[in-house]
Amino acid sequence: MKKKKAGKKPEKVKIKKIKVKKPPQPEWKTKPIGGMIFEAGNSLKYLTGTWKTARPITNYDKCIHCLKCVVYCPENCIKAKNDKKDHTEYQYCKGCGICAQVCPVKCIKMEDEDKFQE
Amino acid sequence: MDFKDYARQPQKLASGQKSCSGCGFPIIIRMAMSAIDRPFVVCQGTGCVSVTTTTWPFTSWKMPTIHSAFPNLASTAAGVETAVRVMKKKGKLKKDIKVVAFGGDGGTYDIGIQALSGAIERRHNILYICYDNQAYMNTGGQRSSATPYGAATATTPHGTLHHGKELFRKDLTYIVAAHDVAYVAQASIFDFADLTRKVKRAMEVDGFAFINILSPCVLFWKIPTSDAYKISELAVKTCFWPLYEVDHGKWILNFKPEHKMQIEAFLKPQGRFKQLLELRNRHIVDGLQQRVDRKWKELLFMCEKTKEKPEKKEVKKVKKKKIVKKPVKKGVKRKPEPKIKTSKTRSKFAKLKDKLKRKRR
Repeated sequence: MKKKKAGKKPEKVKIKKIKVKKPPQPEWKTKPIGGMIFEAGNSLKYLTGTWKTARPITNYDKCIHCLKCVVYCPENCIKAKNDKKDHTEYQYCKGCGICAQVCPVKCIKMEDEDKFQE
Repeated sequence: MDFKDYARQPQKLASGQKSCSGCGFPIIIRMAMSAIDRPFVVCQGTGCVSVTTTTWPFTSWKMPTIHSAFPNLASTAAGVETAVRVMKKKGKLKKDIKVVAFGGDGGTYDIGIQALSGAIERRHNILYICYDNQAYMNTGGQRSSATPYGAATATTPHGTLHHGKELFRKDLTYIVAAHDVAYVAQASIFDFADLTRKVKRAMEVDGFAFINILSPCVLFWKIPTSDAYKISELAVKTCFWPLYEVDHGKWILNFKPEHKMQIEAFLKPQGRFKQLLELRNRHIVDGLQQRVDRKWKELLFMCEKTKEKPEKKEVKKVKKKKIVKKPVKKGVKRKPEPKIKTSKTRSKFAKLKDKLKRKRR
């Protein structure tokens, strides 16, 4: 058996609350959860054309418009209009040279990028 | 599907993704997605695809995508498919949405194979496309179970004692076909019409569909950036990567080369097989050739075995002619039959021989 302690109850001590300034939220907390991206196909803003060391030049007089280069371009930077080859978007072209390899009449030539820098 | 049909459609993967120049997988994805003509959701496992196409805050996809870890791509896709099915049942969704999963060879052959096997067993309505570049390319070219014999990788380099990976590769298309799945196929970017036709067929099929596609890697296969098409053509023509499909248990061969090329033609342009082409390693190349031949024969046998034979026409019953016995002439003696040694007479001789032997002793 425990004896009940008789006596005064201890007085409550008031603790002063100190206001602490919250640190400013880090930037990553303001971004969407899970790294979600809401804009579809926005990688168009990222220009991969700066990587290339060679540039494909098409001789349109020789071209037979078979569109094989359109299909085999990994960047999809060769565009067609009305079933005919139209132009090449050099801002995305990485200069791999698959189009020149695939072309059945060899009308695409890879030329050094240094020529076009100026 | 034609080249012109491809050019007419709007692109589903935007330019500006950050894969190496001359990489094979963007071609595969573009070709595969051009053949799909209904809304779909893309699931992508960890690998070259997820690393290059969805670097935050950029994305190249023009449809909803979900990214998952290495081992659970197939289970993520299964979950999405189940959600779509349930929402349709409750009437919240009216469109017919398909789920397409893109996984690399590391996430499919090695780490994700149990998830894949489970998803197949549960008969989910998914199209799973594996782009096989034969090693863990985005982490630095370590070997995987899809790496062929003799290839140099970061973990199995060429040296004086060893010549690359000294184990044979796993054949995943056979493994999936053994699950008795709705549709399995093996394709290559070399044949555009064939690849798009296979994807279209896989979308029609009700059940799990799997397509395995060879994707040349510029960096670790050590090939020039322009050779992705050429290498995949050689892989098909040397029968290293045969094109075939298994449609509900029926094996069909899609491409049979007129002249089967030697395996050396495929090994020569690649830097990772450099050491195999030395004279002292000649026997290894011969061994590889034998294995490819054996696999090719096996495939031809399977195609022949499950071939649909034309139904037999009803054969009219022909009346049998009565056999008339010739009357035996009287007075002609039959020749006596020659005597044949029976086992009894032989055994008697043997017994006598034995007796003689005993006496001599």
